[in-house]
Amino acid sequence: MAPALKRFAAPEEVMKVRQSLEGRLDGNRPRLAICGDTGCTVCGADGLAAAVKEVMERKDPAGRLELKVTGCLGFCEQAPVVLVFPGAYFYRKVKAADAEEIVEKALLQEGPVARLLYTDPSSGKKIACAGEIPFYRHQERVLLDANWHVNPLDIYDYLARGGYAALLKVLGGMSPGEVLGEMKEARLRGRGGAGFYTWLKWELCRTRAGSKKYVICNADEGDPGAFMDRSLLEGNPHAVLEGMLIAGYAIGAVEGIVYLRTEYPTAVAKLDQAVRQARELGFLGEDILGSGFAFDISIVRGAGAFVCGEETALIRAAEGKVGEPRQKPPFPAESGYRGRPTVINNVETFANVPLIVNRGAVAYRAAGTENSGGTKIFCLVGKVNNSGLVEVPFGTPLRKIVFDIGGGIKGGKRFKAVQTGGPSGGCLPEEKLDLRVDFEDLAGAGSIMGSGGMIVMDEDTCVVDVTRYFLNFLKDESCGKCFSCRVGVDRMLEIVGGITEGAGSEEDLALLEELALVVKDTSMCGLGQTAANPVLSTLRYFRSEYLAHVREKRCPAKVCRALFRYRVDEDLCSGCGFCARECSAGAIGEGPDGLYLIDPAVCNRCGVCVEACASDAITKE
Amino acid sequence: MVEMTLNGLMVKVEEGTTILEAAAFYGVNIPTLCYLEGLSPYGACRLCVVEIGEPGSAKVATSCTHRVEDGLVVRTHSARVMKARRMLIELYLASCPSSKIIQDMASNHHVTRVRFKQRHEDCILCGLCVRMCAEQMQGKAIGFAWRGSERKVTTPFDKKSDACRLCGGCMYVCPACRSRCQGPQAEQAVCNACLNLPQTDRNYLFFDNAVCEAMEPPGGAPKKMTNRGA
Amino acid sequence: MCKRPLEVEDVLTRVIVANGASVVTALQEIQNNYGYLPEEVLRAFSRKTGIPMVDIFNTATFYNAFSLEPRGRHQITVCVGTTCHIRGAGMLIEAVSRLLEIQPGEVTPDREFSLETVNCLGCCAFAPVMVLDGKYYGNLTAGKAREIVGRIREEAAEGAPEADEGESGGSREGVC
Repeated sequence: MAPALKRFAAPEEVMKVRQSLEGRLDGNRPRLAICGDTGCTVCGADGLAAAVKEVMERKDPAGRLELKVTGCLGFCEQAPVVLVFPGAYFYRKVKAADAEEIVEKALLQEGPVARLLYTDPSSGKKIACAGEIPFYRHQERVLLDANWHVNPLDIYDYLARGGYAALLKVLGGMSPGEVLGEMKEARLRGRGGAGFYTWLKWELCRTRAGSKKYVICNADEGDPGAFMDRSLLEGNPHAVLEGMLIAGYAIGAVEGIVYLRTEYPTAVAKLDQAVRQARELGFLGEDILGSGFAFDISIVRGAGAFVCGEETALIRAAEGKVGEPRQKPPFPAESGYRGRPTVINNVETFANVPLIVNRGAVAYRAAGTENSGGTKIFCLVGKVNNSGLVEVPFGTPLRKIVFDIGGGIKGGKRFKAVQTGGPSGGCLPEEKLDLRVDFEDLAGAGSIMGSGGMIVMDEDTCVVDVTRYFLNFLKDESCGKCFSCRVGVDRMLEIVGGITEGAGSEEDLALLEELALVVKDTSMCGLGQTAANPVLSTLRYFRSEYLAHVREKRCPAKVCRALFRYRVDEDLCSGCGFCARECSAGAIGEGPDGLYLIDPAVCNRCGVCVEACASDAITKE
Repeated sequence: MVEMTLNGLMVKVEEGTTILEAAAFYGVNIPTLCYLEGLSPYGACRLCVVEIGEPGSAKVATSCTHRVEDGLVVRTHSARVMKARRMLIELYLASCPSSKIIQDMASNHHVTRVRFKQRHEDCILCGLCVRMCAEQMQGKAIGFAWRGSERKVTTPFDKKSDACRLCGGCMYVCPACRSRCQGPQAEQAVCNACLNLPQTDRNYLFFDNAVCEAMEPPGGAPKKMTNRGA
Repeated sequence: MCKRPLEVEDVLTRVIVANGASVVTALQEIQNNYGYLPEEVLRAFSRKTGIPMVDIFNTATFYNAFSLEPRGRHQITVCVGTTCHIRGAGMLIEAVSRLLEIQPGEVTPDREFSLETVNCLGCCAFAPVMVLDGKYYGNLTAGKAREIVGRIREEAAEGAPEADEGESGGSREGVC
């Protein structure tokens, strides 16, 4: 490990070091940024980084070129991804074998390696600069911009980008009231899902009596298909820490806790390093920068439970207990961690705080809608061409996200729905694509903002099956304490499951809707209250698909296994028999004419035969 | 004292009481399955939900956990509440049909059919036994385990617990226990307190009707809460 | 998974000194050491700290990360996040399940493999995803998954040297 860093005792010392760092992250400084996020690592970014390093040692002994392994660069679809400065050239699907050429070109400053560039599917032209790729061009990357430049393991990178300037500004002459005023003016709202005004939460906590208060960062990102919090923590952890520090100052807390999901070991390691460096430099601890303000942050690792994303459950989990929610009120701002007033905000919320202080509320608010200031990060995934992290201002139409940024549907299929807000969100159909992404507008359409998962579905996705999936997820993830959530979700699953098996009736749909409304109304915590959203939103927008299941016993997308069968097309079958060999159910046999036949009574619709068939002769009907 | 509106009436209530207690004091009976005076409120059965706030912007809250405050507007039997309550009772019936308390509740609320697949789970996880054991008997012999639809009341590792003193307090408060104990699957009963009883005692408790009658609080558990007002 | 388990007493002393009364962190420590939560260790922990056994058992069964049973020598985790689901994670599970003749959450009788699911690993762009001994495999099909698991099983059957890279949370390299 690197030697201990020198502790700053006063703001002037920070300024001095920052001056010495000037130009460190300048766009003209030759460097390579290799995405070190989980996605790219899965696709071999580790080996690539090692190869690049090796080549650099050989070809660039003087060290003119710099290598940075960064957090998520955003465009996961193209992983592993490399950015080359100057020029911000974007290389996609890079292999270790490409290292030599990349380093050479970068050293000679000869422009990009053309064969690694992104090709615009609409024009067929290569695009060199990352910022001109439609995926990036249509975004407004305010928070995520740092991920392109900063080595998350090096606090000096953060300082070079003006990190901890907001903290200096706050400690140097803003009263807690003024900080709150800025947050209010900025219209900053909680990014964790409910969109509660951050200043209001802080105000409630600040005005509570008592000397011991807590700031908790909710990093228990449990929504399947959402990884923006992880990307922030892995890409730019200090921004989150700085936000927590400012919150601590504003409400009068001296302790902060980050409750981090255990499934993210890399984020734990990076955040741990960030906290240690911040402490060594004196941004955490006693008498921060000589201001008299004391604040420290500890990391608590979760143990795997979706419900711990709910704030009262999270508090109990952070205390080391069973993460069961409890009835509110009292709210955490009144009685939270260890019974003390506590502010809980999401990772992304905290990451916005330094931005607001630095830019000023008015400038910050220029992006966004009148009720929600700033930008929001979404994880755009599913059957969309450009999967990845997307940051856009509040109020951006869904269509722009799915089509302009996301590049439309994979394989030229038809768009069916976009699911926002994770398992407790809703599915929105094509006619809602012009909806502006905003807390109120999404809620009005029967979905929620949630933490920012956005899953695109195409015509091959069955919404009834997806609803069953979400209910099944929630059945396992409900804590089971309150009856309406535990039993209500289980019974909804029973009904929807019956429908996917062809055993549903129209009365079932009515009962399902009635039950969903009661679960929504009477559940204890947010998990149960929103558990009905997948059901209600799909019933609202895709009733015809439900009706096809119950009336005609037909699954239009051919997903529900009881409602379709595989068939061998005699005109295409070559009689090779691969399908029969692969079929573990023993459902495929050779017919009299040497062609193969599937016995629907034995077939379990696993689909392995489709994969095995070399002549694409097996189809669903 | 605080002043609140209870079903349209202005009433004065002692500060710090819950809506449920206040309602009981004024003779308004709100059904519950997981509330018992002397045990900490738990808010799990959801039957005691009431509407608070002005119509239009009203919220639904559990009356056993919500404390009264000045100007609070409460409707304990509004259409929205009754609709939810009936659905919940139907769900209870669908999983625990052999509880007399639940059957009585269904009759009182005109719940006359069950549209869900009938199950016989018996335990409704109201948690009375767990709280009884911990709070009144200082036993901590039984507790919750697992999560979601797997959740159950049991002893650690489903084994006989040394912490259990065989007091039977858990069974005394259980709204489903009496009928379950007569059930055909007594050996696998969910209320694992039974696991801790020696065989002879178990038989005695299961089949002696007189004992079962004695375990039933007079008039059913919910009415006990009116004690405070008396 | 674990190297050489420490003595119960040593583990407990370390757990208690480091974590005070936080049951979750204590259990994490115990699980790290043994690969699962052995009953006698939990009971000893309860005796030593005075934390009631019911509370420990409740916590141990509430969280996904804890296991009361030893896991298999090779751990297979199939992501069942939404994206993986709509891109066919169900078929992966079925294929692996049928190959190993175990359901998710179970361990093969010879304790060679355990099959688990996880709600999201956050690599949705490569869905469906499976992790085998810490190595990620993306863009899978049922056939590919069967092939990968089958290969490891053959190696295990032949008594090939144990793949040592599978340290918990270990290498994240993979194939997609």
